[in-house]
Amino acid sequence: MTTPLNSPAQRWLDTPLLSVEHLTMRFGGIVAVDDLSFQVGRGDITALIGPNGAGKTTVFNCLTGFYKPSEGRIVMRHGPGPHDAALAAAHSGGLRHSKDGDSGVFLLERMPDFEIPRQAGVARTFQNIRLFGGMTVLENLLVAQHNGLMVASGYTLGGILGLPGYRRAEKKAIDRAVYWLEQTALLDRADDPAGDLSYGAQRRLEIARAMCTGPKLLCLDEPAAGLNPRESAELNRLIRTIRDEHGTSVLLIEHDMGVVMEISDHVVVLDYGVKIADGSAETVRNDPKVIAAYLGVEDEAEAEDIVEGVAS
Amino acid sequence: MEYFIQQLINGLTLGSIYGLIAIGYTMVYGIIGMINFAHGDVFMIGSFIALTAFLLLTSLFGPAFLPVVLVLVLIITMLFCVAWGWSIEKIAYRPLRGSFRLAPLITAIGISIVLQNFVQISQGARVKPLPPQIQGGVTLMEGATGVVQLSWMHMIIIATTVVLMTGFSLLISRTSLGRAQRACEQDRKMAALLGIDVDRTISLTFVMGAALAAVAGFMFLLRYGVIDFYIGFLAGIKAFTAAVLGGIGSLPGAMLGGLLIGLIETFWSGYFPIEYKDVATFSILVVLLIFLPSGLLGKPEVEKV
Repeated sequence: MTTPLNSPAQRWLDTPLLSVEHLTMRFGGIVAVDDLSFQVGRGDITALIGPNGAGKTTVFNCLTGFYKPSEGRIVMRHGPGPHDAALAAAHSGGLRHSKDGDSGVFLLERMPDFEIPRQAGVARTFQNIRLFGGMTVLENLLVAQHNGLMVASGYTLGGILGLPGYRRAEKKAIDRAVYWLEQTALLDRADDPAGDLSYGAQRRLEIARAMCTGPKLLCLDEPAAGLNPRESAELNRLIRTIRDEHGTSVLLIEHDMGVVMEISDHVVVLDYGVKIADGSAETVRNDPKVIAAYLGVEDEAEAEDIVEGVAS
Repeated sequence: MEYFIQQLINGLTLGSIYGLIAIGYTMVYGIIGMINFAHGDVFMIGSFIALTAFLLLTSLFGPAFLPVVLVLVLIITMLFCVAWGWSIEKIAYRPLRGSFRLAPLITAIGISIVLQNFVQISQGARVKPLPPQIQGGVTLMEGATGVVQLSWMHMIIIATTVVLMTGFSLLISRTSLGRAQRACEQDRKMAALLGIDVDRTISLTFVMGAALAAVAGFMFLLRYGVIDFYIGFLAGIKAFTAAVLGGIGSLPGAMLGGLLIGLIETFWSGYFPIEYKDVATFSILVVLLIFLPSGLLGKPEVEKV
């Protein structure tokens, strides 16, 4: 690839959290994603960029069980190390995942949608916001903690009776929700219907809700879309907090190059479903293929001319 | 006056039974946006299971343990109906999830016909009587025109309904399962992406509806004492109507609709020719829906442009 040898730590190669391997997604005759491979480093903020229609959201949909990939493998790794033995065993054994305490491997393409956040720890937000508009802001965050609460409520009976065990669990869930409401500056809106929030606030709430599932990897689909510069700066800070204080790695699709270049440790560029560049923000920014894809230049030689033009 | 109050009590009792069945319709509609046409037949099956279990248990224990027997019968009825409700979802709905909307409607009607015919063949087409088991009550008023009786049976039905309604309202509003159900109602895909097992949540919704229908079937048997394979159809249609009248998808609406239909039916029977009670009930419903198309407590559909 185009990564220079003297680049700083490449966590996506050394300690990958997520590996997308030869992912192909076809819709009828259209190949939306074609033999795509990339890795997301543990603790990295990774940006997936590319022109409109490049297949970025399709990749997200494959990651989160929305689509079953036509071909390829998507592996989440919990705990340090590549887990090669466990992975090989799970893969050939037809297993969906293989866990050992806190560490484990998860083959996302084999898992039903609801197990991906629950077991593999992958959460996502949407380009077009999908909140539960009729529920309150707080309830949106509690729904995201359903599984723990369901167990704590003795599968509901304890919840109706208001048993102490359920009360404690719910208290903890509310504390977690309140924490994320503080982080996203939504605490004073906790009891309002989510549908009544402003656009920017809804975007933040979606992130808060995804974080309430306790993810290891947070996938954000155009989180900065439609935000004003101030909101955009707040978003950057929020994403950094998520990574720095919660150890959650972030994979984001973004068109706002300001956001991408400022916060990303690693950038993967797609065009027409094919990866055209992969590396640090700095290397990708100067890659002629990337510039060509963005400026819509047919010819690579021509793109290189443009780069030189920019440089001189 | 006494007659009026007596009819009011009778109407509330009948309405409670309709309301309990209506909750099953409204909850299933809420979560999958479809009517479970086999739901009325779960109610019918419930009353048959209750009858069978009752006859079996009284022949075992004798009439001395009536309260114990009744509680056991109720539990057995609920268990069987829950199994039916779960199976109906599994057979008629789950395989067709994602197919076009009319398909599960047809399978549900199919299940309804299967259940009716199964009971007709296995139990016979004739009505099954059960002599009144719980008799007596208190006399509230005695006047020149008549007596107002509040029987134990009235009280049991109304009290059970109030308890169940309270329980279910708490379940939907307070528990995590209720929240998950409401989340699935709004956006099933998103709920799954937050780790909610949508299939299981839908199954549990069918199961809850069936449990309430079981209670309704049990109480119907004790109150009216005559059942046949066809009672599920009319009771089902009326409960469905009640759910629509109250605003489909709304739990208190279903209960309110049930009570209203029970009252309309009883009062019409009390003051006007009884043969026309169903005609009257449905005519009033049509008029109401013309003026309140989304039902009494339903939210109007606002189309966003």
